[in-house]
Parts: sequence; C-alpha cells; structure tokens
Amino acid sequence: MEPSGYMPIVLQSLVALGFVALVLIVVPLLGPRRKSDKKNENFECGIEGQGNARMPVSIKYLMTAILFVLFDVEVIFFYPYAVNFREMGFNGFFAVLMFVGVFLLGFYYVLRKGAFEWDR
Amino acid sequence: MTLYIFLTLAIVSVITALLMVFSRNPVHSVLFLILTFFAIAGQYVLLNAQFLAVVHIIVYAGAIMVLFLFVLMMLNLNSETEPQKSTMWKIMAAIAAGSLLLTLTGALRGSVQLATPVQSNPRVGLVENLGKVLFTDFVVPFEIAGILFLAAMVGAVLVGKKDLKL
Repeated sequence: MEPSGYMPIVLQSLVALGFVALVLIVVPLLGPRRKSDKKNENFECGIEGQGNARMPVSIKYLMTAILFVLFDVEVIFFYPYAVNFREMGFNGFFAVLMFVGVFLLGFYYVLRKGAFEWDR
Repeated sequence: MTLYIFLTLAIVSVITALLMVFSRNPVHSVLFLILTFFAIAGQYVLLNAQFLAVVHIIVYAGAIMVLFLFVLMMLNLNSETEPQKSTMWKIMAAIAAGSLLLTLTGALRGSVQLATPVQSNPRVGLVENLGKVLFTDFVVPFEIAGILFLAAMVGAVLVGKKDLKL
C-alpha cells in the first residue's frame, strides 16, 4: 500500500484519541464537583462494599477466555479465505474444511469435558 | 521518513517494554505491554505486513491482554500476601536471564544480515495476497497450525481440570 493510503487510518486514530482526550479534559471543567464520603464510594447504590477487589477468581473465567481466544484466531484465518473465496475453488474449500474440522473436533472435546458448564 | 517512523516505534517499544518489566503494579505492566504491542504492530506495517499488523492488534492487544488480566485476577495480589523472593532466588534469576542474553547476543553476532525485501512489493502483506499464498503454497503449515490449536484446547482443558472437577 502506498504511504498515503494510511492517511485515513491515521486520521481515524487521531479523531478517536482526540475525542477521548477532549472529553477527559472538558468534562471535569464543565461538570459540577461534589466530593463527599458517599460520593466517593465505589458503588453508591445498594449494598455497602466489603473487602477489596484483589481476590482470586475462579479458573472458569480464564478457561472461557482461553477457548474464546483460540476460536477467535480460527475466525481470523477466515478473512484471507473469504477474500479469495471464488478464486480458490474447491482446493481452498477443502483446506479450510479440514482446518475447521480440526477445530470442531476440539470443540466437541471441550463440550464433552464440560469446560463451558458454569455451575459444576 | 520511514527511518524516523522506525526509530520512533523502536524507541517506544523498548521504553514501554522496560516500563512493563519495572512497574510495581501488575495491571500497569499489562497496560505498558499493550503499548508495546501497538508499537510492534507499527513495525509490521513498515515491513508491509498489514494484515499481520491488524491481527496483532486484534489478537494480542485485544484478546491475549484479557487473558493476562484474568491470570492477574486469579493470583492473590494483596500486598501482604505478595511473595518475597530471597536473595538466592534473585541471583539465580539474574544468572539464568544473563546466560539467555549472552546466548542471544552471541547467536545474533554470528548471524548474516539478510537483505531486507521491504520495498519489493508494498501490497504483499494485504489480506488478498496473503490468502493466496497461505492456501496454496503454505497449506500444510496452515493445517498443522489447526492441529496446534487442538493441542492448545486440550491443554487448556486439562490444566483447568482440577478446578473444574471433570
């Protein structure tokens, strides 16, 4: 790609970052400021906070996240295939079919092992 | 122009990587690591690997960072329970890391500088060209990558097995 082809990306990044920076600067200037013990609590509606946030969580979250990342990467391999879908013909189709088949095998294994069952 | 972009990205990546290692707060380390990933994604763009750069941002800065955060959440990181390594451990870690550095430096010093094909074809890393190569010339490594993912899936389930009571 020509270097000038990156201009839209640069502009979009600048607009996104600039908007965040602008909001972060402008909001404290415009908004009213009331500081009290009640206002500074982490959750000011409902139950009072107990303990601290630094407690170990269940491995089930990590398990779901790892499996999500694996299938996420699988879907990323579809992008180069989808762009070349017509040109590839059946050769590319079978290559991707085999790839997806391996993933389906893994998905079946994961389901049978009950990694997605939350309540066990 | 390209040289200045490269130097900026290189300096940013090295500085953020150092900040990641030296910051005391593990969550700050993760944030600095995200900055490092973005700088490296910029290097990919300079090397005409545009698709790889986007994937790098999506997968590494997006998904794998979440994994790191989950790992941080699973560890008990209260300041009173933070494990204090003894001096012995620190010396051992320094020796191990030092020998790794020595090995890497030695290997890189003896290596031959390959001609960088940067300006060959600027469109080589776009998703269309990459797909053509991936599904024809490199279809076997592609399938092997699938099997690698299967191994990762089985490994993740097996490691978490004790807690899941399968």
